[in-house]
Amino acid sequence: MLLLHLARKSLTNRLLTTSLTALSIAFSVALLVGVENVRTGMRESFSNTVSGTDLVVGSRGGTIQLMLYAVFGMGSPVANISHDTWKKWDEHPAVSWTIPYALGDSHRGFRVIGTNDSFYEHYKYRGGQLIALAEGRPAKTVFDVVLGSQVAERLGYELGERISVTHGMSAVGFMNHDEMPFEVVGVLEQTFTPVDRAIYVTLEGVTAIHMGWESGGPPMPGDEVSAEDVLAMDEVPVSQITSFFLGAESRAYTLQLQRDISTTEDEPLTAVIPGLALSEMWRGIGYAEDGLLVISGFVVLVGLLGMLVSIYTSLDARRREMAILRALGAGPRRIVSLLVLEAGALSAFGALLGVLFVYAGLAALQPWLEGQFGLQVPIQALDGVQLMYIGAVIVLGFVAGLVPAIKAYRTALHDGLSVRV
Amino acid sequence: MVIETPNCIDARDLTFAYAKGPPVLDIPRLTIRSGERVFLYGPSGSGKTTLLGLIAGVLNPPPGALSVLGHDIGGLSSAARDRFRASHIGYVFQMFNLIPYLNVRDNIALPVRINAERKKRLTSGLNEAIASAASDLGIEHLLDEQVTRLSVGQQQRVAAARAILGAPELIIADEPTSSLDANRRHAFLELLFANVAEAGSTLLFVSHDLGLADQFDRSLSLPELNRAGE
Repeated sequence: MLLLHLARKSLTNRLLTTSLTALSIAFSVALLVGVENVRTGMRESFSNTVSGTDLVVGSRGGTIQLMLYAVFGMGSPVANISHDTWKKWDEHPAVSWTIPYALGDSHRGFRVIGTNDSFYEHYKYRGGQLIALAEGRPAKTVFDVVLGSQVAERLGYELGERISVTHGMSAVGFMNHDEMPFEVVGVLEQTFTPVDRAIYVTLEGVTAIHMGWESGGPPMPGDEVSAEDVLAMDEVPVSQITSFFLGAESRAYTLQLQRDISTTEDEPLTAVIPGLALSEMWRGIGYAEDGLLVISGFVVLVGLLGMLVSIYTSLDARRREMAILRALGAGPRRIVSLLVLEAGALSAFGALLGVLFVYAGLAALQPWLEGQFGLQVPIQALDGVQLMYIGAVIVLGFVAGLVPAIKAYRTALHDGLSVRV
Repeated sequence: MVIETPNCIDARDLTFAYAKGPPVLDIPRLTIRSGERVFLYGPSGSGKTTLLGLIAGVLNPPPGALSVLGHDIGGLSSAARDRFRASHIGYVFQMFNLIPYLNVRDNIALPVRINAERKKRLTSGLNEAIASAASDLGIEHLLDEQVTRLSVGQQQRVAAARAILGAPELIIADEPTSSLDANRRHAFLELLFANVAEAGSTLLFVSHDLGLADQFDRSLSLPELNRAGE
């Protein structure tokens, strides 16, 4: 009781230094816990780029490559999938739905993806959120186009705008499908995933612009197909897609389907489970995460050093006080306990304050982080790792008190008593 | 019939030097009987505070050279010396040495709260004991003040109250009157004597002011006792 009383009085007596020390510990703990939260947020955001999809299927190739072109809009497929093969799997009894993707064209650097209604019904991201239209309607007819939110924002397009599609991915197209202008009929809500950076048309639309381009380049004179010709057709015959997303009737079928698709004899295909592939990819690029962790470790180290320095310097001012306590009969154990108690209480208080900072900061910054960076930093209870960090800070605080405490006791009693104040 | 009173302080061939410096003290023999009120004087730098430090165990005397209340101070470990001092000695420091962040009441209570033996000797509850010591010294109205707000004279009385609380067998006062004027000095001594008499304590009072000497049972001149520096 006496110790607690003394510790409390002495800490409040030096309120300014005490609160500055507590504040510096609070900031380092806040940074550590905050960085840990952001780290989790980054990982979660990444692995939730696509969700609710059981398999992503493309032509035979590497799983990472498939994920890159089908999910992240990077790189390109090696080969296409025939319409018939896709249909076969689409109608498979174990398959609930598929979303076809036809890739290969662009508009001012943004990818154009041919898909169908299934995209608007089944494409999910971020823990099962469905994509939604901010305005307009889904692409229905051959020359309808729906823009990802970032595309609409960057290019400043509005509903009714007419755009042409470029063959290939070049930003400055010299092989434009100018003969077939598309009309913007919808804009998607922001998703903070690669969906925002793509342009969506129908499978028929992608097929139509390539009519007469079967050789891989612009049609020879005489072979041109005009927009009117396309519109006059009863049905635009879709013959190829590049990949498709697949939702199984039940999760339990996923592995069997994956095996069946990968070994099908119709056409060499690769099927990947997106969740697994994403975490595998994160392991590859997650070294940034380790960097963050190392940085936050150093931050805490510096914070603790600061605490040690501040306790140590305050001790110098308290040499006389310690000597008086000893002169009045307080033994070494009491003096050491007093200083260790003070340091421990200070670091515990600082750690608590730091945790409060984190939650207050998250509550204030969460919408901004999401809006600006698409980073969803969850506000949740501290996890085991974070509690371990905080525990370590507090324990180190006690230890930090031990060093000056021992020194305090070793300083000759007589010295302390003759210090003039 | 002569009643044999045991010696409270008994020093034989007590020598002491700071670190590797020259000897400051070399006292062939010094005895103070229990219950005596002794006035120790000497000019500044004659080693008064050093001698008091040795007796109180603030400094470490050589083993076997100094016995206080029957304990060989030099033979005790530093923690045991701390305990011994807290239990048996009330020390009024030259610079009072009050804890600045505690109020008057907490400062007076400190040695009794630290040391259980000292607490056992209280004849009443802690608060009553503090109140009575404070009222003896005329500071009962200041108990809840911060010590930093007090005048020097008031601080000194707080230090004295702290030293006499729990009736330690030996009270050591190191120039406690040096910052008081003559009237207050006299009043302070009266209060101190009254308390010492009530508790039956031995008093060792140090000053360079010889004018106070006639109020004590016995006067000792440190330069006469001390062979060091001759």
